[in-house]
Amino acid sequence: MSIFVDDDTRVVVQGITGGEGKFHAGQMIEYGTNVVAGAVPGKGGQEVDGVPVYDTVDEAVEAEDADASVIFVPPAFAGDAVFEALDTDLDLAVAITEGIPTQDMAKVNKRLSETDTRLLGPNCPGIITPGEAKLGILPGNIFSDGNVGLVSRSGTLTYQVVDNLTERGLGQSTAIGIGGDPIIGTSFVDALEAFEADPDTDAVVMCGEIGGEDEEQAARFIGEHMDTPVAGFIAGRTAPPGKRMGHAGAIVSGSGTGTAQSKIDALNDAGVPVGDTPEEVADHVEEFL
Amino acid sequence: MKLHEYQAKSIFADAGIPVPDSRLATSVDEALDAVDEIGYPAAIKAQVHVGGRGKAGGIKIATDREEAEAYADEILGMDLKGYTVDRVLVEAGVDFVDELYVGVTMDRGEGKPVLMVSTEGGVNIEEVAEENPDAIAREHVDPAFGLHPYQARKVVYEAGVDADVALDVASILSTLYDLYEENDASEIEVNPVMITEDRDVVAADAVMNIDEDALFRQPDLAEMAEESYEDDLERKAGEYGFDYVRLSGNVGIIGNGAGLVMTTLDLVDYYGGAPANFLDIGGGAKAERVTQALDMVFSDDNVDAVVFNIFGGITRGDEVAKGINEALAQFDEIPKKVVVRLAGTNAEEGMEILNTDLVEVEKTLEDAVQRAVKNAEEVTQ
Repeated sequence: MSIFVDDDTRVVVQGITGGEGKFHAGQMIEYGTNVVAGAVPGKGGQEVDGVPVYDTVDEAVEAEDADASVIFVPPAFAGDAVFEALDTDLDLAVAITEGIPTQDMAKVNKRLSETDTRLLGPNCPGIITPGEAKLGILPGNIFSDGNVGLVSRSGTLTYQVVDNLTERGLGQSTAIGIGGDPIIGTSFVDALEAFEADPDTDAVVMCGEIGGEDEEQAARFIGEHMDTPVAGFIAGRTAPPGKRMGHAGAIVSGSGTGTAQSKIDALNDAGVPVGDTPEEVADHVEEFL
Repeated sequence: MKLHEYQAKSIFADAGIPVPDSRLATSVDEALDAVDEIGYPAAIKAQVHVGGRGKAGGIKIATDREEAEAYADEILGMDLKGYTVDRVLVEAGVDFVDELYVGVTMDRGEGKPVLMVSTEGGVNIEEVAEENPDAIAREHVDPAFGLHPYQARKVVYEAGVDADVALDVASILSTLYDLYEENDASEIEVNPVMITEDRDVVAADAVMNIDEDALFRQPDLAEMAEESYEDDLERKAGEYGFDYVRLSGNVGIIGNGAGLVMTTLDLVDYYGGAPANFLDIGGGAKAERVTQALDMVFSDDNVDAVVFNIFGGITRGDEVAKGINEALAQFDEIPKKVVVRLAGTNAEEGMEILNTDLVEVEKTLEDAVQRAVKNAEEVTQ
């Protein structure tokens, strides 16, 4: 079992004719993902690695019965591409693109509240259910199937932690990158809720970082609603305030949140052990299982 | 990206927000010419991206020419929390009876812009937010509709702004929201808005930060960004297109992906060292990028040792290894010891390719960081 994606997920790749889109569509297919269509305006009728390309997401869904999309569209056009995915009633849209202007994402966020589509990202590595499906740019070879769920704001940090887990024989049920942008679709809480409901996820790793209050909210959720044990990691303990390493202005929250310490404290208060190093995170998971 | 006060104020003035008469000066002579035109009292304000400029001595009020000369001479060239002041804004002093705070920023938790107004202006608003959050009135804006004018009025009244100036303040706030949208700002703040004895409303300070991800569609602001770098290394990072933050330690750090680079900084600290910088080389690191990244850390005089940590997803370890070999082959002598750790895609091939005459190699992140910390310690001993 797994969450959000599996063997049956049928994927349309938005931006499949671009360099990144083409390369990663190929990697996804190689991993065994059902990539059933591409969508690129003006490229309808072409094929990429045997995958038919349509001019719109709507046509792609109509013709190939896709239920998820992965978005590899440059930042200037990515907000529009996410809107297209949301307006097509897909179950899942995964926005890989980094650098979408925040004000564009605020508008996307508004639309998101009006649809049933789940958005992952933007600025995320995607999602993988090992052995079944991969939507995004995660390197498939470091994952192995198992019962540890993983949710993270960072791509390469995810790989590091997964590597530590896999090395000890701790496989993953599903690994999700929720994205490093200030405004994202699926939050930690959304992912944790799904892992809690998944009978085949027996432990969860949550990798957070400085900025915002998502980790604090996640800590409250874990304390109140989760039986599945969670191990945490928080990046950015040494980040100076006011510098862009993902840090938001503390003024909106006005309550001292956003620092690594605030997140670590919140997680500890909820009974979540937080590793000082990625290795220690794997130690905690090993103790859980 | 932070704009300077003088840059933000020129944008404010063009949009019709009342600001004090002012001139930019880069020398004492220019500053004196400016006060001659503006008159007294005149504020001499350091133009650096440092909070609390006033407390740190970067803002002085001159009441005559002699004082103006002394203050301009004192502030120009001054070191303000690590930044050297190379320009000052000379500005007409405002005789005020009251100070307000107004701002527009993105509430990331809500995913919506928020207007903020407080009658406790002129002081550190972060402290107000922490100690007395109720002293700041807030109003969220639906990004799909934009600001309804009533919302600006509502939040101003809610904050308790004096009735006779409330509509003028609301009008400034409304204009600030327009500027926020038009310029892809991440934050606009006026602290303080001054109320004069004649009940005029003046924007006496200006903070305007721009969403770096939107600079591609803000060419004028991108040009202003050029003027706003304050550190040669930051400027260089801007030219190379790296995400870079300079810190005060002596262990240089190069890595890929924000979370993993942050983690590498944290581990340097955890193992008793001090990180010198955050440098994210990004995906698909080719030889040229590696050369540029090494140039960044080698040009930082604070750096005594370097750790290079790559976890390849899209980035291939063998390509990074070739890049490192090529980049370091250009040096007759490697200026600072470099510890490399490669993991992920083609990492093993990469480790074999690496020229161990030029770099030290470690298998795990923890070992690589500890070795770099030790290398840095050896240099300082």
